[in-house]
Amino acid sequence: MAGRVDNLYFFLLAISIFFSVLIAGLIVFYAIRYRRRDPDSVGTVLHGMMALEVGWTVIPFIISMVIFVWGASVFFAISRPPDETLNIYVVGKQWMWKFQHLDGQREINELHVPVGRPVKLIMTSEDVIHDVFVPAFRVKADVIPGRYTNLWFQPTKPGRYHLFCAEYCGTRHSGMTGEVIVMEPSEFQTWLSGGAPEGSLASAGAKLFQDLACNTCHRPDAQGRGPVLEGLFGKTVQLQSGETNTVDEAYVRESILNPAAKVAAGFQPIMPTFQGLVTEEQLLELVEYVKSLQALPQVQTR
Amino acid sequence: MASPTVFMPPRHYLNDGYGIKSWLLTRDHKRIALLYLASVTFFFFLGGAMAVLIRLELATPVGDLVTDETYNKLFTMHGVMMVFFFLIPAIPSVLGNFLVPIMIGAKDLAFPKLNLASWYIYVIGATFTTYSLVTGGLDTGWTFYTPFSTVASSSNVISAALGIFITGFSSILTGLNFIVTIHRMRAPGMTWFRMPLFMWSIYATSLIMVLGTPVVAITIVLVAAERLFHFGFFDPRVGGDPVLFQHLFWFYSHPAVYIMILPAMGVISELVAAFCRKQVFGYKFVAFASVAIAVLGFLVWGHHMFVAGISVYAALVFSILSFLVAVPSAVKVFNWTATMYKGSVSWQTPMLYAIGFIGLFTIGGLTGLFLAAVGLDVHVTDTYFIVAHFHYIMVGGTIMGYLGGLHYWWPKISGRLYNEFLAKISAAIIFVGFNLTFFPQFILGYLGMPRRYHAYPPEFQVLNVLSSAGASILGVGYLLPMIYLMWSLRYGRIAGSNPWGAVGLEWTTTSPPPTENFAETPIVTWEAYDYQAPVEHHVA
Repeated sequence: MAGRVDNLYFFLLAISIFFSVLIAGLIVFYAIRYRRRDPDSVGTVLHGMMALEVGWTVIPFIISMVIFVWGASVFFAISRPPDETLNIYVVGKQWMWKFQHLDGQREINELHVPVGRPVKLIMTSEDVIHDVFVPAFRVKADVIPGRYTNLWFQPTKPGRYHLFCAEYCGTRHSGMTGEVIVMEPSEFQTWLSGGAPEGSLASAGAKLFQDLACNTCHRPDAQGRGPVLEGLFGKTVQLQSGETNTVDEAYVRESILNPAAKVAAGFQPIMPTFQGLVTEEQLLELVEYVKSLQALPQVQTR
Repeated sequence: MASPTVFMPPRHYLNDGYGIKSWLLTRDHKRIALLYLASVTFFFFLGGAMAVLIRLELATPVGDLVTDETYNKLFTMHGVMMVFFFLIPAIPSVLGNFLVPIMIGAKDLAFPKLNLASWYIYVIGATFTTYSLVTGGLDTGWTFYTPFSTVASSSNVISAALGIFITGFSSILTGLNFIVTIHRMRAPGMTWFRMPLFMWSIYATSLIMVLGTPVVAITIVLVAAERLFHFGFFDPRVGGDPVLFQHLFWFYSHPAVYIMILPAMGVISELVAAFCRKQVFGYKFVAFASVAIAVLGFLVWGHHMFVAGISVYAALVFSILSFLVAVPSAVKVFNWTATMYKGSVSWQTPMLYAIGFIGLFTIGGLTGLFLAAVGLDVHVTDTYFIVAHFHYIMVGGTIMGYLGGLHYWWPKISGRLYNEFLAKISAAIIFVGFNLTFFPQFILGYLGMPRRYHAYPPEFQVLNVLSSAGASILGVGYLLPMIYLMWSLRYGRIAGSNPWGAVGLEWTTTSPPPTENFAETPIVTWEAYDYQAPVEHHVA
């Protein structure tokens, strides 16, 4: 990705240098060539030339459109992660980054990832808007309270890379920095298994699911008052309103915090809100638990 | 240009009444322009002082000169002061106020009392914001992004916002005044296409002021209301959307960029014509380019939000529309350059500013293409690349245009000439200082240094030191005109009515002009920038 962004950058740099030199050159040349020698002299009358005007309207337009298409294609690549990604959850808060690996590893202001594998960050904020920016990967995305945003990259070289918060977030904004540590896959596996005392994210979610008594209504045997969650993630559900909705991270999150917003068809809007009862990190555990529920009614642990 | 009959007119607007009351209650657009000149100059140097502290802090990677809290307040107030109290009013309210009636052959603006009221509203608004500065400051950035500004910041958001809200009315009323004046008060024979291009750009600017400013006023009220009463417009916990604020804010604040740059473009058209003694090449194209920029400017706000979680397709629409703005901007640059071809090019100070403007605006505009290319914007947005880009437009463009215009019309305003040698030197100092300050920031941004950082990784220090060094040169460049222009008020040579040998109605009346501008209403029978006919023919 960095290569594609840089190619576009150098193309634009070349265009900029060409036009800057052209304009500056003409100005300096005209300023000297047509320098006022007699204090009373006036310029020559030139009637506007339609061909010139059309030319310097159309040429910048064409160049702009070329850059637009190029920029758009790079943007598609930046915004569309591949299907198979290593997912890592990110919670931003004033003024730190919290990373949660699916296996349960948690990190603060440091993000360990393996080289050569596409990584997708699923991000939210506990307070104000933040922004994950890794200059070396040429990627950046706002981290917004109340919703999930994504960012993906595929590291190509082991090493340590700057991680910045790029959206102004208050007093210690410039201290909200960290490092992305790219490791060889084997090293990464060693690091990952180097102690995850709390178990996987999904298993933490499973425990929370019990503690919050979610399981009294969301039962795998379809006898509960709420929809069966097993095998639900990624499916499209029919809503009470007649619309349909794909079950993704955002929908699970919204259904926990604001259950009445998109009620599944055939169910009563009786679920209470869990707004204020669960933290963003607990929400991520619950999301990951719901994701882990296969059609067979059993908890899958990795 | 050696005119044998230079004299100071016995009666002019400056000696038509003395004492503080004759100024504070004046309805003369020229005196009101000078009231604005004093006010915006004050805020320019106040905002500039903050920039000095910011650049001093950034000379070293660690945050050692001021605390992070103070640093955040410094860049916030620098932005607020410069944008709302200097850049937006500078050219329209100072040069526009002085010149709109004179350039179209009118005695005053359509609503002289409203014009004075606009200045008072500006002062009241500015007072509120200055109050919030001295009683603890504001740390939201000039962009007031929610939910930081509504729930997290503990600084004086409400009083600062109120000040900007109030000042907005000054903008709206000034725009309204210009629109009505240009429609209704043109002298006989002054058709739309005989107007100087500065009038076209002021007209286009006024449209944006009238249509755009109410939106930012409402947005700012929403922020204040949310802070006070917790309505939840922007609070996701109660169903609001923090990104909604950004849409509303940029719907005004992107057009506001054109409020700042369009008048400067108009000034440059005047300068290039006057100092090449030639009609601006492609007059109608330049005129319509101003209107096109004003209209397109309302359709591109989303390009500030490419990484703010808007949909891919929304981003593409805003990207292509942003590229369209580049076209009329390029048309203007090409036409100015072509105007110099076979002109009688003078190297006097205002022309140096015009040349500086064209060069810096070209770089500022071209780097805008980097930001409109959405795949590349992702990397450079929110970095120093953005900071460099908009300073090339706002400082390299607007302030160059403003200073060029101020030098060009200074003899008309004051009746006296400034020291040409000092003026040329300081124009050169400003050009060098400006580039040294802001060019390294493009590189810093591409290397990944985020904006609004109080401390930064040590590998960015060299470029930051260059930038800070440039800023100190730039500061000297800005202080010099302040000194020699003030000095010229008393000691400068008498200018005479037309020191540049320029055409245009403003050069047909005395310097300084009488309160009523013209002894008798001029009747216009010639095109704009008509340098071929003998100079005397257009004295009404």
